[in-house]
Amino acid sequence: MADFLQPQTLHAALEARAAHPDYLPIAGCTDVMVGFSHQAQPTGFIDLFGLAEIQGICADDGHISIGAATTYGDILKDPLVYESFPVLSEAIREIGAVQIQERGTLGGNLGTCSPVGDTLPVLLALDAQVHVASSKRGSRLVPINDFIVGYRKNALAEDELIVEIKMPLAPEGTQQYWRKVGTRRAQSISKLMMCVVGRLNGKDVEHIRIALGAVAAAPMRVEKTEAVLAGQALHEETILAAQDTLASEITPIDDVRSSAVYRKEVACNLLGRFLNDLGGA
Amino acid sequence: MKIDFTLNGEQREIDVTPMSRLLDVLRCDFELTGSKEGCGEGECGACTVFVDGKAVNSCLIPVAQMQGREVRTVESLASNEMLSDVQQALIKFGGTQCGICTPGIAMMASAALEAEPNASRARMRELMAGNLCRCTGYQLIIDAVISAAEARRRHG
Repeated sequence: MADFLQPQTLHAALEARAAHPDYLPIAGCTDVMVGFSHQAQPTGFIDLFGLAEIQGICADDGHISIGAATTYGDILKDPLVYESFPVLSEAIREIGAVQIQERGTLGGNLGTCSPVGDTLPVLLALDAQVHVASSKRGSRLVPINDFIVGYRKNALAEDELIVEIKMPLAPEGTQQYWRKVGTRRAQSISKLMMCVVGRLNGKDVEHIRIALGAVAAAPMRVEKTEAVLAGQALHEETILAAQDTLASEITPIDDVRSSAVYRKEVACNLLGRFLNDLGGA
Repeated sequence: MKIDFTLNGEQREIDVTPMSRLLDVLRCDFELTGSKEGCGEGECGACTVFVDGKAVNSCLIPVAQMQGREVRTVESLASNEMLSDVQQALIKFGGTQCGICTPGIAMMASAALEAEPNASRARMRELMAGNLCRCTGYQLIIDAVISAAEARRRHG
Protein backbone atom coordinates (compact mmCIF):
# COMPACT_ATOMS: atom_id res chain seq x y z
CA MET A 1 0.00 0.00 0.00
CA ALA A 2 1.27 3.45 -0.91
CA ASP A 3 2.40 5.60 1.99
CA PHE A 4 0.25 8.67 2.68
CA LEU A 5 1.78 11.56 4.67
CA GLN A 6 -0.32 14.41 6.04
CA PRO A 7 2.08 17.02 7.39
CA GLN A 8 0.38 19.62 9.59
CA THR A 9 2.97 22.37 9.10
CA LEU A 10 4.98 23.67 6.13
CA HIS A 11 8.16 22.71 8.01
CA ALA A 12 6.96 19.11 8.37
CA ALA A 13 5.90 19.07 4.71
CA LEU A 14 9.36 20.23 3.57
CA GLU A 15 11.04 17.63 5.82
CA ALA A 16 8.80 14.95 4.33
CA ARG A 17 9.60 16.15 0.82
CA ALA A 18 13.36 16.04 1.50
CA ALA A 19 13.11 12.57 3.09
CA HIS A 20 10.92 11.17 0.29
CA PRO A 21 11.76 12.82 -3.04
CA ASP A 22 9.95 9.98 -4.81
CA TYR A 23 6.62 10.76 -3.13
CA LEU A 24 4.11 12.80 -5.10
CA PRO A 25 2.99 16.07 -3.48
CA ILE A 26 -0.80 16.35 -3.90
CA ALA A 27 -3.44 19.01 -3.21
CA GLY A 28 -6.95 19.05 -4.72
CA CYS A 29 -6.23 15.89 -6.78
CA THR A 30 -8.49 17.00 -9.64
CA ASP A 31 -5.82 15.87 -12.10
CA VAL A 32 -4.03 13.17 -10.07
CA MET A 33 -7.22 11.15 -9.48
CA VAL A 34 -8.31 11.05 -13.14
CA GLY A 35 -7.55 7.54 -14.38
CA PHE A 36 -5.54 7.00 -11.19
CA SER A 37 -6.11 3.25 -10.90
CA HIS A 38 -4.92 2.68 -14.49
CA GLN A 39 -1.58 4.40 -14.04
CA ALA A 40 1.79 3.57 -12.55
CA GLN A 41 1.57 4.78 -8.98
CA PRO A 42 4.15 6.54 -6.87
CA THR A 43 5.33 4.83 -3.69
CA GLY A 44 3.80 7.54 -1.55
CA PHE A 45 1.98 10.86 -1.34
CA ILE A 46 2.50 14.09 0.59
CA ASP A 47 -0.90 15.68 1.14
CA LEU A 48 -0.84 19.50 1.10
CA PHE A 49 -4.59 20.14 0.72
CA GLY A 50 -5.81 22.36 3.54
CA LEU A 51 -2.31 23.13 4.84
CA ALA A 52 -3.09 26.52 6.40
CA GLU A 53 0.42 27.98 6.04
CA ILE A 54 0.24 27.81 2.25
CA GLN A 55 -3.36 29.00 1.91
CA GLY A 56 -4.69 32.51 1.63
CA ILE A 57 -4.22 35.71 -0.30
CA CYS A 58 -2.31 38.80 0.83
CA ALA A 59 -1.12 42.10 -0.59
CA ASP A 60 2.29 43.59 0.20
CA ASP A 61 4.86 45.93 -1.40
CA GLY A 62 3.23 46.13 -4.79
CA HIS A 63 2.46 42.43 -5.07
CA ILE A 64 -0.41 40.09 -4.43
CA SER A 65 0.58 36.67 -3.16
CA ILE A 66 -1.61 33.60 -3.35
CA GLY A 67 -0.76 30.55 -1.25
CA ALA A 68 -0.10 27.42 -3.33
CA ALA A 69 -2.89 25.44 -1.62
CA THR A 70 -5.53 28.18 -1.98
CA THR A 71 -8.46 26.70 -3.88
CA TYR A 72 -9.79 28.32 -7.04
CA GLY A 73 -13.08 28.78 -5.19
CA ASP A 74 -11.37 30.90 -2.54
CA ILE A 75 -9.44 32.88 -5.16
CA LEU A 76 -12.70 33.67 -6.99
CA LYS A 77 -14.23 35.06 -3.79
CA ASP A 78 -11.35 37.49 -3.26
CA PRO A 79 -12.11 41.03 -4.50
CA LEU A 80 -8.40 41.92 -4.35
CA VAL A 81 -7.65 39.36 -7.06
CA TYR A 82 -10.63 40.29 -9.20
CA GLU A 83 -9.82 44.00 -9.08
CA SER A 84 -6.10 43.63 -9.73
CA PHE A 85 -6.01 40.62 -12.02
CA PRO A 86 -9.41 40.19 -13.70
CA VAL A 87 -7.81 37.81 -16.22
CA LEU A 88 -6.90 35.39 -13.43
CA SER A 89 -10.47 35.38 -12.09
CA GLU A 90 -11.86 34.95 -15.61
CA ALA A 91 -9.54 32.03 -16.34
CA ILE A 92 -10.36 30.31 -13.06
CA ARG A 93 -14.09 30.71 -13.60
CA GLU A 94 -13.72 28.56 -16.72
CA ILE A 95 -11.76 25.75 -15.05
CA GLY A 96 -14.04 22.72 -14.73
CA ALA A 97 -17.14 23.77 -12.80
CA VAL A 98 -17.87 24.64 -9.16
CA GLN A 99 -17.04 21.14 -7.88
CA ILE A 100 -13.58 21.29 -9.48
CA GLN A 101 -13.00 24.91 -8.43
CA GLU A 102 -13.64 23.99 -4.77
CA ARG A 103 -10.74 21.52 -4.94
CA GLY A 104 -8.26 22.71 -7.58
CA THR A 105 -5.37 24.94 -6.49
CA LEU A 106 -2.93 27.30 -8.18
CA GLY A 107 -0.02 25.27 -6.77
CA GLY A 108 -1.52 22.13 -8.28
CA ASN A 109 -1.78 23.72 -11.73
CA LEU A 110 1.91 24.74 -11.50
CA GLY A 111 2.97 21.36 -10.11
CA THR A 112 1.24 19.44 -12.91
CA CYS A 113 2.51 21.96 -15.47
CA SER A 114 0.32 20.65 -18.26
CA PRO A 115 0.36 22.37 -21.68
CA VAL A 116 -3.37 22.93 -21.11
CA GLY A 117 -3.04 24.21 -17.51
CA ASP A 118 -5.50 27.10 -17.73
CA THR A 119 -3.91 29.46 -15.20
CA LEU A 120 -0.39 29.15 -16.63
CA PRO A 121 -0.71 31.55 -19.61
CA VAL A 122 -2.27 34.06 -17.20
CA LEU A 123 0.59 33.74 -14.72
CA LEU A 124 3.06 34.11 -17.62
CA ALA A 125 1.37 37.27 -18.90
CA LEU A 126 1.17 38.70 -15.37
CA ASP A 127 4.90 38.00 -14.93
CA ALA A 128 4.34 36.05 -11.72
CA GLN A 129 7.07 34.61 -9.53
CA VAL A 130 6.87 31.21 -7.93
CA HIS A 131 8.05 31.09 -4.33
CA VAL A 132 9.47 27.62 -3.69
CA ALA A 133 11.11 26.29 -0.53
CA SER A 134 13.28 23.44 0.68
CA SER A 135 14.01 22.44 4.27
CA LYS A 136 17.80 22.56 3.79
CA ARG A 137 18.33 25.30 1.23
CA GLY A 138 15.65 27.78 2.25
CA SER A 139 13.41 29.49 -0.26
CA ARG A 140 13.83 31.11 -3.67
CA LEU A 141 11.70 33.08 -6.10
CA VAL A 142 11.58 31.62 -9.59
CA PRO A 143 10.24 33.77 -12.45
CA ILE A 144 7.29 31.92 -13.97
CA ASN A 145 9.00 31.89 -17.38
CA ASP A 146 11.88 29.87 -15.86
CA PHE A 147 9.58 27.75 -13.70
CA ILE A 148 7.76 26.23 -16.69
CA VAL A 149 10.44 24.08 -18.31
CA GLY A 150 8.71 21.78 -20.77
CA TYR A 151 5.99 19.20 -21.27
CA ARG A 152 4.61 18.55 -17.77
CA LYS A 153 7.98 19.62 -16.41
CA ASN A 154 8.77 22.46 -14.03
CA ALA A 155 11.88 23.77 -12.29
CA LEU A 156 10.95 22.42 -8.86
CA ALA A 157 13.92 20.56 -7.33
CA GLU A 158 13.17 17.18 -5.80
CA ASP A 159 13.35 18.53 -2.25
CA GLU A 160 11.25 21.64 -2.97
CA LEU A 161 7.58 22.50 -2.64
CA ILE A 162 5.62 25.41 -4.11
CA VAL A 163 4.74 27.83 -1.30
CA GLU A 164 3.05 30.76 -3.03
CA ILE A 165 2.61 32.62 -6.28
CA LYS A 166 3.55 36.29 -6.27
CA MET A 167 2.20 38.69 -8.87
CA PRO A 168 3.32 42.31 -9.33
CA LEU A 169 0.50 44.87 -9.43
CA ALA A 170 0.34 46.37 -12.92
CA PRO A 171 0.86 50.12 -13.43
CA GLU A 172 -2.24 52.25 -13.94
CA GLY A 173 -3.72 51.95 -17.42
CA THR A 174 -2.55 48.39 -18.03
CA GLN A 175 -5.11 46.36 -19.96
CA GLN A 176 -5.63 42.63 -19.52
CA TYR A 177 -7.23 40.22 -21.99
CA TRP A 178 -8.01 36.51 -21.66
CA ARG A 179 -9.72 33.97 -23.83
CA LYS A 180 -10.06 30.23 -23.51
CA VAL A 181 -11.28 28.38 -26.57
CA GLY A 182 -12.95 25.05 -25.85
CA THR A 183 -15.89 23.01 -27.04
CA ARG A 184 -18.12 24.33 -24.25
CA ARG A 185 -17.93 27.23 -21.80
CA ALA A 186 -17.75 24.97 -18.74
CA GLN A 187 -15.92 21.68 -18.17
CA SER A 188 -13.95 21.67 -21.39
CA ILE A 189 -10.25 21.08 -21.77
CA SER A 190 -8.79 23.95 -23.76
CA LYS A 191 -8.14 23.85 -27.47
CA LEU A 192 -6.17 27.03 -26.93
CA MET A 193 -5.79 29.85 -24.41
CA MET A 194 -4.33 33.33 -24.79
CA CYS A 195 -3.59 36.04 -22.27
CA VAL A 196 -2.36 39.53 -23.14
CA VAL A 197 -1.28 42.16 -20.62
CA GLY A 198 -0.19 45.47 -22.08
CA ARG A 199 -0.05 49.22 -21.71
CA LEU A 200 0.10 52.00 -24.25
CA ASN A 201 1.98 55.27 -23.94
CA GLY A 202 -0.08 57.53 -26.18
CA LYS A 203 -0.41 55.40 -29.32
CA ASP A 204 2.73 53.36 -28.74
CA VAL A 205 3.01 50.01 -27.01
CA GLU A 206 4.92 50.75 -23.80
CA HIS A 207 5.05 47.14 -22.72
CA ILE A 208 3.25 43.96 -23.65
CA ARG A 209 3.33 40.35 -22.54
CA ILE A 210 1.58 37.71 -24.62
CA ALA A 211 1.23 34.14 -23.41
CA LEU A 212 -0.51 31.09 -24.84
CA GLY A 213 -1.41 27.57 -23.81
CA ALA A 214 -1.99 24.44 -25.90
CA VAL A 215 0.14 25.73 -28.79
CA ALA A 216 3.41 24.04 -27.80
CA ALA A 217 4.75 21.41 -25.40
CA ALA A 218 4.26 23.86 -22.54
CA PRO A 219 2.46 27.17 -21.99
CA MET A 220 4.71 29.91 -23.38
CA ARG A 221 5.41 33.63 -23.72
CA VAL A 222 5.83 34.62 -27.36
CA GLU A 223 8.73 37.03 -26.99
CA LYS A 224 9.43 37.44 -30.71
CA THR A 225 5.85 38.58 -31.25
CA GLU A 226 6.13 40.91 -28.25
CA ALA A 227 9.34 42.38 -29.74
CA VAL A 228 7.54 43.18 -33.00
CA LEU A 229 5.05 45.26 -31.02
CA ALA A 230 7.29 46.93 -28.42
CA GLY A 231 7.52 50.69 -28.95
CA GLN A 232 5.30 50.57 -32.05
CA ALA A 233 2.00 52.32 -32.68
CA LEU A 234 -0.82 49.79 -33.06
CA HIS A 235 -1.51 50.33 -36.76
CA GLU A 236 -3.04 47.63 -38.91
CA GLU A 237 0.40 46.88 -40.41
CA THR A 238 1.97 46.41 -36.98
CA ILE A 239 -0.84 44.07 -35.97
CA LEU A 240 -0.47 42.05 -39.20
CA ALA A 241 3.28 41.80 -38.62
CA ALA A 242 2.68 40.58 -35.06
CA GLN A 243 0.20 37.97 -36.32
CA ASP A 244 2.74 36.76 -38.92
CA THR A 245 5.42 36.40 -36.27
CA LEU A 246 3.02 34.63 -33.91
CA ALA A 247 2.15 32.08 -36.61
CA SER A 248 5.79 31.11 -36.92
CA GLU A 249 6.57 31.31 -33.21
CA ILE A 250 4.00 28.78 -31.95
CA THR A 251 4.12 25.06 -32.75
CA PRO A 252 0.67 23.62 -32.12
CA ILE A 253 -0.10 19.98 -32.88
CA ASP A 254 -3.07 17.94 -34.12
CA ASP A 255 -4.66 16.05 -31.23
CA VAL A 256 -8.03 14.80 -30.00
CA ARG A 257 -9.17 18.29 -29.07
CA SER A 258 -8.20 20.30 -32.13
CA SER A 259 -5.89 20.64 -35.13
CA ALA A 260 -2.67 22.56 -35.60
CA VAL A 261 -4.18 24.59 -38.46
CA TYR A 262 -7.21 25.63 -36.38
CA ARG A 263 -5.07 26.53 -33.37
CA LYS A 264 -2.73 28.69 -35.41
CA GLU A 265 -5.56 30.55 -37.12
CA VAL A 266 -7.49 31.12 -33.90
CA ALA A 267 -4.34 32.28 -32.08
CA CYS A 268 -3.67 34.90 -34.79
CA ASN A 269 -7.32 36.02 -34.84
CA LEU A 270 -7.38 36.38 -31.06
CA LEU A 271 -4.16 38.38 -31.07
CA GLY A 272 -5.65 40.67 -33.71
CA ARG A 273 -8.77 41.19 -31.64
CA PHE A 274 -6.88 41.86 -28.40
CA LEU A 275 -4.49 44.30 -30.09
CA ASN A 276 -7.40 46.16 -31.68
CA ASP A 277 -9.06 46.36 -28.26
CA LEU A 278 -5.81 47.56 -26.68
CA GLY A 279 -5.43 50.19 -29.41
CA GLY A 280 -8.97 51.39 -28.76
CA ALA A 281 -8.74 51.25 -24.95
CA MET B 1 -4.76 3.55 7.40
CA LYS B 2 -7.45 4.51 9.88
CA ILE B 3 -9.38 7.70 9.34
CA ASP B 4 -12.06 9.43 11.42
CA PHE B 5 -14.61 11.72 9.87
CA THR B 6 -18.20 12.84 10.22
CA LEU B 7 -20.57 11.23 7.75
CA ASN B 8 -24.11 12.61 7.52
CA GLY B 9 -23.81 13.91 11.07
CA GLU B 10 -22.38 10.75 12.64
CA GLN B 11 -18.80 10.22 13.75
CA ARG B 12 -17.33 7.30 11.77
CA GLU B 13 -14.01 5.48 11.74
CA ILE B 14 -12.80 3.27 8.92
CA ASP B 15 -9.66 1.41 7.95
CA VAL B 16 -8.99 2.18 4.28
CA THR B 17 -6.45 2.21 1.48
CA PRO B 18 -5.54 5.95 1.54
CA MET B 19 -5.92 6.61 -2.18
CA SER B 20 -9.29 4.85 -2.47
CA ARG B 21 -11.86 7.17 -3.99
CA LEU B 22 -14.26 8.69 -1.48
CA LEU B 23 -17.06 7.66 -3.86
CA ASP B 24 -16.15 3.96 -3.60
CA VAL B 25 -15.84 4.09 0.19
CA LEU B 26 -19.26 5.75 0.48
CA ARG B 27 -20.93 3.25 -1.85
CA CYS B 28 -19.15 0.02 -0.90
CA ASP B 29 -18.10 0.43 2.74
CA PHE B 30 -20.97 2.58 3.99
CA GLU B 31 -23.59 1.31 1.50
CA LEU B 32 -24.61 4.87 0.68
CA THR B 33 -25.38 4.23 -2.97
CA GLY B 34 -27.13 7.55 -3.65
CA SER B 35 -23.90 9.05 -4.99
CA LYS B 36 -23.45 7.73 -8.53
CA GLU B 37 -20.48 7.21 -10.78
CA GLY B 38 -21.08 8.73 -14.20
CA CYS B 39 -17.73 9.56 -15.74
CA GLY B 40 -15.22 9.01 -12.94
CA GLU B 41 -13.28 12.03 -14.21
CA GLY B 42 -14.89 15.01 -12.51
CA GLU B 43 -16.92 16.02 -15.56
CA CYS B 44 -20.47 14.87 -14.82
CA GLY B 45 -21.15 15.68 -11.16
CA ALA B 46 -23.25 12.53 -10.48
CA CYS B 47 -20.98 11.80 -7.47
CA THR B 48 -21.35 15.28 -5.91
CA VAL B 49 -21.13 15.32 -2.10
CA PHE B 50 -20.45 18.09 0.43
CA VAL B 51 -17.10 18.18 2.21
CA ASP B 52 -17.06 20.81 4.96
CA GLY B 53 -20.12 22.31 3.26
CA LYS B 54 -18.56 22.57 -0.21
CA ALA B 55 -19.89 20.69 -3.23
CA VAL B 56 -17.16 18.47 -4.66
CA ASN B 57 -16.78 15.41 -6.91
CA SER B 58 -16.30 12.37 -4.65
CA CYS B 59 -14.77 10.40 -7.55
CA LEU B 60 -11.70 12.67 -7.44
CA ILE B 61 -11.04 12.64 -3.70
CA PRO B 62 -8.65 10.22 -2.01
CA VAL B 63 -10.47 9.11 1.11
CA ALA B 64 -7.43 9.77 3.31
CA GLN B 65 -8.03 13.50 2.78
CA MET B 66 -11.32 13.15 4.69
CA GLN B 67 -9.53 12.78 8.04
CA GLY B 68 -11.31 15.11 10.49
CA ARG B 69 -13.67 16.47 7.83
CA GLU B 70 -17.43 16.59 7.56
CA VAL B 71 -18.96 14.69 4.65
CA ARG B 72 -22.61 14.86 3.59
CA THR B 73 -24.21 12.73 0.89
CA VAL B 74 -27.54 12.94 -0.92
CA GLU B 75 -28.97 10.61 1.74
CA SER B 76 -28.77 13.53 4.19
CA LEU B 77 -30.94 15.93 2.15
CA ALA B 78 -34.23 14.49 3.37
CA SER B 79 -35.03 14.78 7.06
CA ASN B 80 -37.54 12.56 8.91
CA GLU B 81 -38.71 10.96 5.67
CA MET B 82 -39.46 14.46 4.35
CA LEU B 83 -37.76 15.33 1.07
CA SER B 84 -36.00 18.71 0.88
CA ASP B 85 -37.53 21.60 -1.06
CA VAL B 86 -35.07 21.01 -3.91
CA GLN B 87 -35.93 17.32 -4.13
CA GLN B 88 -39.67 18.10 -4.09
CA ALA B 89 -39.24 20.71 -6.81
CA LEU B 90 -37.34 18.22 -9.01
CA ILE B 91 -40.29 15.83 -8.68
CA LYS B 92 -42.93 18.51 -9.25
CA PHE B 93 -41.28 19.86 -12.41
CA GLY B 94 -40.26 16.49 -13.82
CA GLY B 95 -36.63 17.55 -13.45
CA THR B 96 -35.54 13.95 -13.57
CA GLN B 97 -35.66 11.34 -16.32
CA CYS B 98 -33.48 8.23 -16.12
CA GLY B 99 -32.38 9.39 -12.66
CA ILE B 100 -28.65 8.71 -12.67
CA CYS B 101 -27.69 12.39 -12.55
CA THR B 102 -30.47 13.31 -10.10
CA PRO B 103 -28.65 12.81 -6.77
CA GLY B 104 -25.77 14.98 -7.99
CA ILE B 105 -28.21 17.56 -9.37
CA ALA B 106 -30.06 17.69 -6.02
CA MET B 107 -26.78 18.15 -4.14
CA MET B 108 -25.32 20.82 -6.42
CA ALA B 109 -28.63 22.69 -6.58
CA SER B 110 -28.81 22.68 -2.76
CA ALA B 111 -25.26 24.03 -2.54
CA ALA B 112 -25.96 26.67 -5.20
CA LEU B 113 -29.12 27.87 -3.42
CA GLU B 114 -27.19 28.20 -0.16
CA ALA B 115 -24.26 30.03 -1.77
CA GLU B 116 -26.25 32.32 -4.09
CA PRO B 117 -29.95 32.37 -3.15
CA ASN B 118 -30.63 35.24 -5.55
CA ALA B 119 -28.79 33.82 -8.56
CA SER B 120 -30.30 34.65 -11.95
CA ARG B 121 -31.29 31.81 -14.26
CA ALA B 122 -28.11 32.34 -16.29
CA ARG B 123 -25.96 32.29 -13.16
CA MET B 124 -27.78 29.18 -11.90
CA ARG B 125 -26.97 27.44 -15.18
CA GLU B 126 -23.33 28.37 -14.66
CA LEU B 127 -23.35 27.07 -11.07
CA MET B 128 -24.92 23.82 -12.30
CA ALA B 129 -22.59 23.46 -15.30
CA GLY B 130 -20.66 20.64 -13.65
CA ASN B 131 -23.71 18.36 -13.58
CA LEU B 132 -24.45 16.62 -16.85
CA CYS B 133 -27.81 15.06 -17.70
CA ARG B 134 -27.44 12.56 -20.54
CA CYS B 135 -31.24 12.67 -21.02
CA THR B 136 -30.70 16.42 -21.63
CA GLY B 137 -33.54 17.45 -19.32
CA TYR B 138 -31.85 20.72 -18.40
CA GLN B 139 -34.79 23.10 -18.85
CA LEU B 140 -36.97 21.32 -16.31
CA ILE B 141 -34.04 20.86 -13.93
CA ILE B 142 -33.30 24.58 -13.98
CA ASP B 143 -37.04 25.38 -13.75
CA ALA B 144 -37.19 23.25 -10.60
CA VAL B 145 -34.15 24.89 -9.00
CA ILE B 146 -35.37 28.41 -9.82
CA SER B 147 -38.78 27.54 -8.39
CA ALA B 148 -37.20 26.26 -5.17
CA ALA B 149 -35.21 29.51 -4.93
CA GLU B 150 -38.37 31.60 -5.41
CA ALA B 151 -40.24 29.57 -2.79
CA ARG B 152 -37.41 30.13 -0.29
CA ARG B 153 -37.58 33.87 -0.94
CA ARG B 154 -41.37 33.89 -0.49
CA HIS B 155 -41.17 31.99 2.79
CA GLY B 156 -38.13 33.91 4.03
